[in-house]
Amino acid sequence: MTTKTQSMSAAGATRAANGPRFGALSSRRLWLTVLGWTVAGVIFFPIFWMVLTGFKTEAEAIADPSLIFSPTLDSYAEVQSRADYLHFALNSVVVSFGSTLLALVIAIPSAYAMAFLPTKRTKGTLLWMLSTKMLPPVGVLVPIYLLFRDFGLLDTRTGLVIVYTLMNLPIVVWMLYTFFKDLPRDILEAGRMDGAGTLQEVWYLLLPLTLPGIASTGLLAVILSWNEAFWSLNLTSSQAAPLTAYIASFSSPEGLFWAKLSAASTMAIAPILVFGWLTQKQMVRGLTFGAVK
Amino acid sequence: MPLSRAFPLAGVAALAATAAQAETITVATVNNNDMVIMQSLSDAFEQSHPDITLDWVVLEENVLRQRMTTDIATGGGQFDVMTIGTYEVPIWAERGWLTPLDDLPASYQADDLLKSVRDGLSDDDGVLNALPFYAESSMLYYRKDLFEQAGIEMPEQPTWQQVHDWAAELNDPDNETYGICLRGKPGWGENMAFVSTLVNTFGGRWFDMDWEPQIDSPAWQEAISFYVDLLDSYGPPGASSNGFNENLALFSRGNCAMWVDATSAAGKLYNPEESTVADQLGFAPAPVAETPKGSHWLWSWALAIPASSDAKDAAREFITWATSQDYVELVGEREGWTSVPPGTRVSTYENPEYQQAAPFAGFVLDAIQGADPRDSSLEPNPYVGVQFVGIPEFQSVGTQVGQMVASALTGETTIEQALQAAQRATRRTMERAGYFD
Repeated sequence: MTTKTQSMSAAGATRAANGPRFGALSSRRLWLTVLGWTVAGVIFFPIFWMVLTGFKTEAEAIADPSLIFSPTLDSYAEVQSRADYLHFALNSVVVSFGSTLLALVIAIPSAYAMAFLPTKRTKGTLLWMLSTKMLPPVGVLVPIYLLFRDFGLLDTRTGLVIVYTLMNLPIVVWMLYTFFKDLPRDILEAGRMDGAGTLQEVWYLLLPLTLPGIASTGLLAVILSWNEAFWSLNLTSSQAAPLTAYIASFSSPEGLFWAKLSAASTMAIAPILVFGWLTQKQMVRGLTFGAVK
Repeated sequence: MPLSRAFPLAGVAALAATAAQAETITVATVNNNDMVIMQSLSDAFEQSHPDITLDWVVLEENVLRQRMTTDIATGGGQFDVMTIGTYEVPIWAERGWLTPLDDLPASYQADDLLKSVRDGLSDDDGVLNALPFYAESSMLYYRKDLFEQAGIEMPEQPTWQQVHDWAAELNDPDNETYGICLRGKPGWGENMAFVSTLVNTFGGRWFDMDWEPQIDSPAWQEAISFYVDLLDSYGPPGASSNGFNENLALFSRGNCAMWVDATSAAGKLYNPEESTVADQLGFAPAPVAETPKGSHWLWSWALAIPASSDAKDAAREFITWATSQDYVELVGEREGWTSVPPGTRVSTYENPEYQQAAPFAGFVLDAIQGADPRDSSLEPNPYVGVQFVGIPEFQSVGTQVGQMVASALTGETTIEQALQAAQRATRRTMERAGYFD
């Protein structure tokens, strides 16, 4: 967002300095800025409203929408007294980072092979991997549940790490593949001329050169795992339940729950939101990495 | 944090923990107020049963139902105690998914359980497959102050025609007071729970004795026309998105002159901290039309032990504790008598402290005792259930019909179109399920 506006204004300024149509361009710039902020506002509004609702009483939360109310921490206190937030948060951290690391460890060699040593079936393999994402997860729920039951993986973090790794693997491989492909082959060849083996080539050349790409892939995988709610709700019960299960426990068919649910959701997304802010630069850099050449 | 290292270590720690606590039982439940109280009082159980530790899984009702069904159908054994309703108990028991509770100790006093509730959870031989945690029926709530101002006296048994007339008289949209609030949000457990009782009392039924759907019958037509007209003319705006929770909020803020819904709302409406109309709250039996049969529903939340549990004895200890007379008294002492789980035991209603704290107790007891799931419609029907049909197909049938009734309520379709579409859809489902072979 910031980056875009900056580059846009820079472009506008250059053109404004060059030509006489200053007014037209300036109003266009203004419109784009307004549009940018509007889109950002619309996207952010549900989160803003959720945070706000968390500080209301249950009665206010369900009453006609209002910005004016006396904030209360009651819902947070109630949510805290009913469930052990840290237990769920720790599971989320372990599972999302664990699965991301595992996915990267598997995906880096396979993306390397596909990018630099392609065969005639590489494209097909890539597409076939992606096709697994096209199946609704509920279609394989029962087989996976039975496998998990037989291997004793139900309600374990190991089980969730495995499922999340498999879930994210196609995306991770695809993203890494595109990043690796953009790397000039000559660089790797030069390394080979200097006597580097495959491992050294990957370690000393490929990884440092594509680090922004790898980082943004990893960040995306972490976020996807953090927010995943189908498998986490279905494969865990108490020991390994992550924050998505924590949120789900505050919805109720009888009695008011919106304020408590909002408070729980705010607490559940807070860590990943902060994490996202801190790594925003890497993410944007990674996602646009190689886009302009 | 070195996550790569934390992960395997955490796995080992979890294994060690399960080995040390041989008798940990996992209780799956919903986030209703009575269950939250049960969770908060579980330390009392753990103190008296030091060899048993409780693990709680709390989920939203529909998520929980799906989660439990997956586990129980695959024999996953993730849960030792499940919270299920009157609808699931007979269906699951028939498939052998639940542990029959045929050796309950004498101290449990199973005879103290209300008969209609007990029957709903027992098989044909009278063996309980689940123990009732709390039960509810439906009744009419009204604002005494508004009725007094208008000079209306509530009869012992109101009729729907009277309710219609009162709603017209008391409707005051300018002051955001509406004549009546009723459920409109589609779902087999939302609008259809209410609509089924309305259809019953108008003389209708879901199926005839050959399982032919009866949704295009005159009784349905009459009931749905009445319902749509009533809510359209004297209901709050956007009634088609109001479920139990939304109506509870509306009524407790004083936006409704009348409301027909679950008896379990009484405790909340009567609590001045949650409701601005606590001192003006009036109760009456659910209104009737052609017949009193099936005019009010019967539902109970019950605790069951899945057949796949590997800690059945400990689980039995827990469910007999949580549904016992002693538990009711414990809640009364610790949380106040209006918070005790209602509708399960005769002794609760004989307790003078409860009678004093909960003036609605008599109505609730009468409503629950007067509901007969095996005889819920004017003409005979082949199913068990007042506001639902006790067959596995009903979840989808009820929700589908619920959506069509809701579209008639919003005016998207006419009532006739909605009912015909509902009839066709239901017949198709029943045909596919093999009811007409």
